[in-house]
Amino acid sequence: MTKRWARRGGLFLLVSVLVLVLALAAAGWGALAPLTAESRDALFEIPAGTWARRMAGDKVEILPDTIRLTLGLNDVLLLRNLDDVPQVFGPALIMPGQSFRLPFEQASTYSFACTAHASGQMNVVVDPHPAAGWPALRFRWHRLQGLARTWAGRVSEKTS
Amino acid sequence: MTVLNRVAALLVPLTLAATLATLAVTVHAAPALKAGVFEPPRQAPEFALRGSDGNELGLARYRGKLVLMSFGFTHCAAVCPTTLATLAQARQALGPQAGAVQVVFVTVDPERDDPAQLKAYLAAFDSSFVGGAGKPEVLAAMRKNYGVVANKVPMPSGGYAVDHTSSIFLIDRDGKLRAMMPYGHDARDFVHDIKLLLAQ
Repeated sequence: MTKRWARRGGLFLLVSVLVLVLALAAAGWGALAPLTAESRDALFEIPAGTWARRMAGDKVEILPDTIRLTLGLNDVLLLRNLDDVPQVFGPALIMPGQSFRLPFEQASTYSFACTAHASGQMNVVVDPHPAAGWPALRFRWHRLQGLARTWAGRVSEKTS
Repeated sequence: MTVLNRVAALLVPLTLAATLATLAVTVHAAPALKAGVFEPPRQAPEFALRGSDGNELGLARYRGKLVLMSFGFTHCAAVCPTTLATLAQARQALGPQAGAVQVVFVTVDPERDDPAQLKAYLAAFDSSFVGGAGKPEVLAAMRKNYGVVANKVPMPSGGYAVDHTSSIFLIDRDGKLRAMMPYGHDARDFVHDIKLLLAQ
């Protein structure tokens, strides 16, 4: 009986150590491996029919008041007008079918006059590129949370 | 001969594919502007203002030149002087190429800015700069065409200021609205973009 418990305890210890080692390895990778991104574009699109919806009294919010970007990873604001009328979209007047691609090279907060927002202003906060270590780990964690939220949203869309 | 034909049949499409791939990479790797870029670019809206040089001011007058156009007012405390000083610095840095660049400053304050006032104000930065004045409704229509915002704000000390779009429009030599540089970029960024646009 005691022998079996001792064996179980040993197994539990072994698994715990293994899990700990794996967690430490993952954290180490997350903190030290270079951060990459598939695309540096933060894309926002005005869908076709937006103007008609607004004219019909629909409150259509496409651009948030504040957009957060990260230098070197996600630092190009890409605005596209797929509607059939010109639209003031963020800092620019964009024609139908046209896009406006605005790159950022310095971490800072940028404010643009924008009539599409109730406040009349749109802010773009550009965070510095996360340094190796804790900032990189935190960035990865937030990205993972974002992916999980997107995935959960898709799942709930499918099920509803 | 048959072998040669087969080799040729293999090599020609391969070479073509390699050339296309190289071209695609070259196009993709073309140096990007520091400013925000409009794709595809549209013809910049034309306008007819009273120029600070005594002539009518419109874009057609500067076809063949790169036009840097900003909106502001001569009583502006910070943004406009900074923008104009930056543009003057960029023109200086361009050397002989500066001749291919025209800075246009359009007032958002028609009550206080007439051509004479604009001329005196702009001369402090660069005597080649041209200001644009006009009737309030003409200026308002022009702002609408460019998506420019201008709102009068009363000052606690009396008088008023004007909150306005502070970006600078880059209009190429064919009169196409190519890009918009947000406020805050230094002269080096302007020189970078001007050189790229002049080289096209």
